[in-house]
Amino acid sequence: MTPRPSVAYWTGFAIILALLIAAPLVLPEFWRRFVTEILIWGLLAMSSDILIGYTGMVSFGHSAFFGLGMYGAAAALLTVRPPNLWLAIVYGLVGAAVIAAFVAYFSTRLRDIYFSITTLVFAQIFYVIIFTWTAVTGGENGLTFRRPELALPGLFSMPFTSNTLHWFVLAVVALSYLLLRRIMRSPFGMVLQAIRENEPRTRAIGYQVERYKMVAVMLSGLFAGLAGVLYAIQNKFAAPDFVFFLISGEVVVFNVMGGMGTLVGPVAGAAFFLLLREGFSRFFTEYYLIPVGLIFIAMVIFMPQGLLGFLKRRLNQ
Amino acid sequence: VELLWDQILIQTVNGIVTGMILALIASGLTLIFGIMDVVNFAHGELFMLGAYVGVITLANTHNFWLALVVSSVTVGLLGAVIQVSTLRPLVGRDPLTTILATFGLSLVLQNYALWQFGPVARKIQEPFTGHFKLFYLEYPWYRIVIALLSAAIIGGLWLFMKYGKYGVWIRATTQDRLMASAMGIPVPRIHTLVFAIGAGMAAASGVLFGPLVGVNHAMGLDWVLKAFIVVVVGGMGNLGGSILASIFISLLEAYASLWVSPAQAIIVSFVVLILTLLFRPTGLFVPTPK
Repeated sequence: MTPRPSVAYWTGFAIILALLIAAPLVLPEFWRRFVTEILIWGLLAMSSDILIGYTGMVSFGHSAFFGLGMYGAAAALLTVRPPNLWLAIVYGLVGAAVIAAFVAYFSTRLRDIYFSITTLVFAQIFYVIIFTWTAVTGGENGLTFRRPELALPGLFSMPFTSNTLHWFVLAVVALSYLLLRRIMRSPFGMVLQAIRENEPRTRAIGYQVERYKMVAVMLSGLFAGLAGVLYAIQNKFAAPDFVFFLISGEVVVFNVMGGMGTLVGPVAGAAFFLLLREGFSRFFTEYYLIPVGLIFIAMVIFMPQGLLGFLKRRLNQ
Repeated sequence: VELLWDQILIQTVNGIVTGMILALIASGLTLIFGIMDVVNFAHGELFMLGAYVGVITLANTHNFWLALVVSSVTVGLLGAVIQVSTLRPLVGRDPLTTILATFGLSLVLQNYALWQFGPVARKIQEPFTGHFKLFYLEYPWYRIVIALLSAAIIGGLWLFMKYGKYGVWIRATTQDRLMASAMGIPVPRIHTLVFAIGAGMAAASGVLFGPLVGVNHAMGLDWVLKAFIVVVVGGMGNLGGSILASIFISLLEAYASLWVSPAQAIIVSFVVLILTLLFRPTGLFVPTPK
């Protein structure tokens, strides 16, 4: 069984959490927003890590779940008056869950590259639907809406400031992380890792591999949808660009950069990627993907374990 | 009803023309997959760069056919450089890493094109502008020539694979990499050659297709997806299957766009792909494996 988490681990977790809590108090507005955004992309990357890192299935369709989360939140915020935060989350999660169940049913019958291509194609189907169904989705322009208030029914209600938005996102992401970490260490998570290591043997032992894979895709899609809801709330819009497969590709990039199968790694990868983008876009303006892409290729070749794996190995030496 | 039949026949011609272009792209992709298990995400970008090299050469020489040759050779060489620098180090690793590396490559190439050539679409002038009467349409001869030229290039590839020394080596390497190298075939060089051939064919289709749509930095995205679909539907690594699947899927899309917009017609090919994967994952146009 897994060893008890060490004191060092929880100390590290507490320090990083404390830093992230304090971040908006000391950072200027631009960087405050930036850190919030890292957290949201980090949650998306973490959700895909369940598939990529733990189950060994590389999803190229996470933009679909993320996007459906966004559009689900948009539906709640546009149709229900006054806009309600929790309803937006529920709608977004339901939207992502329905799509995830659909995708999971078909895609989990396939393996390796075929799984990747199927998820990619499903994401593109939803992209085309969203892009062309202008009457409902706003088509190319997407949807804009007002941000809901931060409220607990019967207790309090106040408009989001950039600080409270950051703390709210941080709370959601941190809780999701703890939950996912717990799930990945549960017997269920162990089976997923067994599938990654040796699928025929896992099946031979008697596990219903397809069912486990399906649940993994749905779980992953659900958290990707949650990230989509958070992004919608932060930016007050939903756009088809976020359903396009380049976003799915970026999510895989986050995973590879940070280190797959660690949950924290993808978040670090998202932070690294966004920082690179920020840094390079000062010199290369919108062509920042040229240097970032080259760094990514170099990392795939020379650093297959990602930043975290690389650091771990260096520290162990 | 009369008009509908005319439309269906016109769409059949259109579908075959796009199908041949697609076959030209997809045969490179399937060859690369078949021989080295590389899913080349950057294939659409090679197509796009081919079109741009065509634009530049055309502007300087005013000769379309020269542009076609220069573009294939240049992008073919670029393909060789790419294979040696980024894919050769990944040989023997999880095929997944090649998806990642070529995805990174596609980001780099696409943004490089945006940076060099700007967001405004360029136009390639077709080499001749004649028309003939196809029902109520004046149908350009050029489109027919594209289909024939694509067929000729693919036919050339087939002859090369069948009779050329390197062609035979390529087929041997596809069948069994280890055995091939044991027989003295220079497998790494064969890999580079195949990637270069695939890149050159993608570039050729970029130049041929340029006059129909205009050339911009994102033109590869649609095609690479379609080419993936074709490669899977035709059976991964199967050249003949890919060509049939290209025509099959292009025809379906052409017919579908009689009723829905072309943007929505692509869903038809997505559905074909998913059904293929579910019911016949080895591909539609290959003999049933035993």
